[in-house]
Amino acid sequence: MNQLQNFTKGFIKENPILVLVLGTCPTLATSTSALNGMGMGLATTFVLIGSNVVISLLANVIPDKVRIPAFIVVIASFVTVVDLVMQAYVPSLYETLGIFIPLIVVNCIVLGRAEAFANKNTVFSSLLDGFGMGLGFTMALGILGTFRELVGSGSIFGYKFIKGDGILVFILAPGAFIALGYLIAIINRVRKT
Amino acid sequence: MVLSLTLISLGASIALGFVHEFTKEPIELSKLNKKIEAIKKVVPEFNNDPAAEMYKLPSEWGDSLEVYPAKKDNELVGYGVKTYSKKGYSGNITLVVGLKPDGTIFNITVLEQKETPGLGTKMVLPAFKDQFNDKNPASFKMKVKKDGGQVDAITAATISSRAFCDAVQNAYSTLKKGDLK
Repeated sequence: MNQLQNFTKGFIKENPILVLVLGTCPTLATSTSALNGMGMGLATTFVLIGSNVVISLLANVIPDKVRIPAFIVVIASFVTVVDLVMQAYVPSLYETLGIFIPLIVVNCIVLGRAEAFANKNTVFSSLLDGFGMGLGFTMALGILGTFRELVGSGSIFGYKFIKGDGILVFILAPGAFIALGYLIAIINRVRKT
Repeated sequence: MVLSLTLISLGASIALGFVHEFTKEPIELSKLNKKIEAIKKVVPEFNNDPAAEMYKLPSEWGDSLEVYPAKKDNELVGYGVKTYSKKGYSGNITLVVGLKPDGTIFNITVLEQKETPGLGTKMVLPAFKDQFNDKNPASFKMKVKKDGGQVDAITAATISSRAFCDAVQNAYSTLKKGDLK
C-alpha cells in the first residue's frame, strides 16, 4: 500500500467512526457543539499520532505476550499529556469535555490502530496512519457537532443566529444517535456509488 | 518480558514527570483565575486577595464550604461563598454566592452544573439568578413558588430550580452559623 493511501484511508474508506464504527461513546457524548467535537477530535488525533509512532518504534522490542499492557502504558502516557496540557492552556474546553479526555485511553480507535497497524508497519506509515485516522475522527465529530449545534441550539461555533432554543433533542443523547445514524447512512450511500 | 515492560513504564513515567512539572503552574493559575473571576462577579468592589484569606466553615450536611472574605481598605464588604447542592437533576451544582456583611445576597454565579441543556441550564441566565439579588434569605423564602416559597422556578426545570435555592440557602445558613451577625 502506498503512503498516500495510508494517510487518506482514514477519511472515508476506513473512517473510524462512519465506517469502522469504533469509539462511538466519546463521539455521541462530546459532539454537542462544533467546537467540542473538534476539540475532542484533535485531542484524539494527537494521542493517535503519538502512540502509533512510539508503538511502531517499540514493536520489535516488545515481546508478543505483553504487547497489550505495553501499548496501554504508551497510550495512557500520551493521554495524560493531553489531559495536563488542556487543563493548563484551554481550561474551558477541558471542562466541557470533562471525563472524556482521560477516557481516550480506552478509545477503541487508539488501541485498534496500535494493534492492527502500528505493530506491523514502519514508523512513517504509522505516523501517516495515525494522522489520517485522527483527522477522519475529527472530521466526523466536526460534522456531527456542527449539525447538532445548528439544529439543537441554532448556532455555529457559539455564534447564535436564531432567538430562543433550537430542537432540544439534538443536544441530548437521543439526538446524537439519530444524527450519527443518518450520517452513517449517507456515508454508506456515498461509498456504494 | 518483565524487563521490557519495566523499561516502557519507566520511560513513560519520566516523560509524564516532565510534562507535569511543565504544566503545574499554568494549571494552578487558571484554577485560581477562575475562582477570582467568580468572586469578582458576586461581591462589591474589593482590593484584598480573597483567595489568600479563604477559610472553611462546616455546612449543615457535613462538607465544609469555602468562604472568601472580600475587603476594601480592610473593611469587610462581602463574602463569596462557594456552595453546592446535591439535589440537581444530574450531578452536583456548584455556585458562588456573594453575600453582603448583613446577609443580603449581592450576586450569584454558577461554577459548575450538568443540568438538562436548554431547561435546567437556564439557571445561569440573569432571568433566573438575578431574582435573588438584593434579597435577604432571613426574610426571603428561599423556595420555589410550588413549594410555598418566593422563587420563580425555571419553566420545566423545577428540580434544578430547587437545587439552586438549596445551594443558596446552604451558603446563607452556613455563614449565619459561623460569621454573620
